[in-house]
Amino acid sequence: MSTAAAAALQRAAELRQSLGVNFRDETVRSLYSEAARIAGRAAHSSGSGRRDFDQRIDRIVTSPVLGLPIMALMLAAVFWVTIAGANVPSAMLADGFFWFEDVAAAAFDRIGIPWWITGFIWHGVYKGLAWVISVMLPPMAIFFPLFTVLEDLGYLPRVAFNLDFLFRRAGAHGKQALTMAMGFGCNAAGIIATRVIDSPRERLVAILTNNFVPCNGRFPTLIMLATIFVGAAFPPAFASAAAAGTVLLVVLIGVAFTLAVSWGLSKTVLKGEASAFTLELPPYRRPGVMRILYTSLIDRTLFVLWRAILTAAPAGAVIWILANIFVGGTSLAQHTANFLNPLGYSIGLDGVILLAYIIAIPANEIVVPTMLMVYLGTGMMTELDSFDDLRTLLVDKNHWTLLTAVNLMLFSLLHNPCATTIMTIYKETLSRKWATVGALLPLGLAFIVCFLVATVWRLF
Amino acid sequence: MSHNCESCVVLSELERMGMNLDRFDRVVALAGNPNTGKSTLFNALTGLKQHTGNWPGKTVTRAEGGFEFNKVRYKLVDLPGTYSLLSASHDEEIARDFLLFGRPDVTVVVMDATAIERNLNLVLQVLEITSRVVIAVNLMDEAARKGIDIDLRSLSRDLGVPAIGVVARTGDGLHALLEAVDGVASGTISTKPLQVAGTPEFQRAVAELVPLIDQAAPGVPNARWIAIRLLDGDAQVEEALTTGRLASLVAGQQKAGERFSQKIALQGAQ
Repeated sequence: MSTAAAAALQRAAELRQSLGVNFRDETVRSLYSEAARIAGRAAHSSGSGRRDFDQRIDRIVTSPVLGLPIMALMLAAVFWVTIAGANVPSAMLADGFFWFEDVAAAAFDRIGIPWWITGFIWHGVYKGLAWVISVMLPPMAIFFPLFTVLEDLGYLPRVAFNLDFLFRRAGAHGKQALTMAMGFGCNAAGIIATRVIDSPRERLVAILTNNFVPCNGRFPTLIMLATIFVGAAFPPAFASAAAAGTVLLVVLIGVAFTLAVSWGLSKTVLKGEASAFTLELPPYRRPGVMRILYTSLIDRTLFVLWRAILTAAPAGAVIWILANIFVGGTSLAQHTANFLNPLGYSIGLDGVILLAYIIAIPANEIVVPTMLMVYLGTGMMTELDSFDDLRTLLVDKNHWTLLTAVNLMLFSLLHNPCATTIMTIYKETLSRKWATVGALLPLGLAFIVCFLVATVWRLF
Repeated sequence: MSHNCESCVVLSELERMGMNLDRFDRVVALAGNPNTGKSTLFNALTGLKQHTGNWPGKTVTRAEGGFEFNKVRYKLVDLPGTYSLLSASHDEEIARDFLLFGRPDVTVVVMDATAIERNLNLVLQVLEITSRVVIAVNLMDEAARKGIDIDLRSLSRDLGVPAIGVVARTGDGLHALLEAVDGVASGTISTKPLQVAGTPEFQRAVAELVPLIDQAAPGVPNARWIAIRLLDGDAQVEEALTTGRLASLVAGQQKAGERFSQKIALQGAQ
C-alpha cells in the first residue's frame, strides 16, 4: 500500500470519528427528503384506474394458492401450442430436405462424381444440416415468440415472486428464478444474467445450477422424444397434449433439481443463508408485435439455428468419416459405439447415444441429428426420410424401449452444459475450479440418476 | 398515434450508425433505475436491437452503439439499471464504474415518469459526481394513462439541468432530448446541478480529503465522490484505493466493454 493511500485512509477514519455516528443517516435522510420535495412539486396525480387493474391481476397471478398452478398451466399451454404447431411444418421440412438429398445425390452420381464425395457432402454434411433445421426451426419459431410475449407483458418478475419462498428455503437468491427463465433461451445467457444477484455465494449457486433448465438446444430433443414415444402411445387427438404434459414434467423435474442442488450447495461447499432483496413488479405492458417478431425470430431463432448449423456441418463430416473408415471389417463409429455400449447400457442408454453426446459437446442442438447419423452410418438402416421412419429406426432396429426414451430425456436435462456455457462459467467466475465443477457436477448427477432409474426399472 | 414505430424514421437530423464506432466526437452514457426504458431509448437512437423486455435487470453488460446528430458523432453507452451508486452487485458496479471513471461527455439519466420520487434518488447521486447531465423523463404516455401530470419545467428548475419528456417506444421527444444533449456537451446550455449540501462539518471533511486522494491516486476523476465514500467507510472503495485498482479501473473504462459477454447479450442469445 502506498503511503499516500494510507494517509488518506487514516485521515478519513479520524474525520469519520469527529463527524459522529449519525452523519450517514443524516446524509441519506437529506437525500430522500430532497427527492420527496422535488417530486412533490413536479408530479401531480389525478386519480388512477390503471394501477388498480394491475393490482387486481397481481392478486390472482401471485396469490399463494393460485400463483403456482397458473404458472404451470401457462407453461403447459406454451408447450402444447409449440408441439401441436411444430408437428406439420417439421414433417414438411424433413420431406422437402430429404427429397432434395436424393435428387442431388443422384445428379452427382450421373455426372460421375466419386461416391465418397457424394456421400460426404449429401449423406453426411447435408443430412446433418437437414435434420437440425427440420427438428429445431419450427418449435423455436413458435416457442420464442410466446416466451417473449410473457417477458414483455411483465410476467417474469411475478414468476420470481411466486418461486421466492422455494429458493429461499434452498438457501438461494430469489432472483435465481429470473436467471433460470433466461436459461430457457440459452444457458450461457442465463449465466451472464446472474450478475443481477448481489451476493457472490448465491450468484455461484445460480451459475452452477442454471444448466438444469433445458435450453433451446435441448428442447427439440425433449419435444421429439415426447412426441414419438409418449404422444404416439395416445390417440391422435390427445397426442400433442400428452407430449406437452411430458415436456412440462421434465421441466418441473429440472426445477426440482435446481432447488435440490442449490440446497445441497448451500449446506456444504457454499454454506450460507439466503439474503433479502427487493424486486419491483413492473406494470403490465402491451407487448410490441413487430419487436417481438424481430427479437424472437431474427435474434433468437436464426442466431441459435446458425450456431447449430455451424457445429452440425463439421459434426456431420466427422460422423461420415467415422462411419466409412473400416478397421477389421467394422467402421470406426461402430468400434467406438461398441466400446461405449456397456457404460451406455448401465444407464439405460446405448453406446451410440453416448458417442453422439461426445461429438455434440460444442452444441447440444446437434445431439439428435448426430445420434441418427451414427445409427444410419453404422449401417443399421440406410434410409430415414420421414418422421414415421424415425420410430421404426429407434424402436425396431435399435431396440429402444420406453426406458431409453425416459432416460434420454433425463440425461438430456441433467448432463454437462455445452462448451460455450462452460466457457461462460469460466469468464464469469474467473475460476477453472468452478468451471470444472459446473461441467462435472451435472454430468455426474446425470449418470447417477440415469443409473438408478435403469436399475430400478429393470428390477420390475 | 404512431405507436410501435420502432423502425420508422423518427428524425431527419438523426442518423443511426449501429455498431459503427470507428470515429466519434462525444461519449454519452445512459443511466437510470432498472426497467425505465434505457435499452429502448438506446435502440431508438442507434438502430441496434439490444435485448429489451419488461423486467428489471435485463441489461447486465455495457452495450455501445453510435449515432450522428447535427453532424456530431456520438458513442452511446447503455448501462445496466441501478437504484443507487452505492450498490454491490456486478451489473450495478459496471454502471457505477463507467459513470465515475469513464468520463462521459454527457450522462443522460432516464427516469420513469410514473415513479418520479424513487427515481430521483439516483438522479441526485449522479448530480453529485457530474454536472453534465440531461434528464430524460421516459414513459410519459404511461404516466398520462395513470393520470400523473409531470411538470418538466419545475423538475428542470429544481435539479438545475435540462429535463425532457420522452416516449422512447414511439420516438416522441427524442429531438428535444438530443438538442439538450448537444447543448450540454457543447456548453451552450449551462447547468447548475443541485447538490445536496450536508452539514458544514461534512463539507469541510470532504474538502480536506480531496487533496489527499489526489495524491494517492493521481488523475482520478471524482475525488469528491471517493472522499464521501471513504467518510462513509465503504470497504470496496477503501480496497480499490489501497490496492491501486482505482487506477486500472480508470484505464479500463476507456476500452470497449467485455467483448465476449457483450456479444452474447447483444446478439440476443438471451
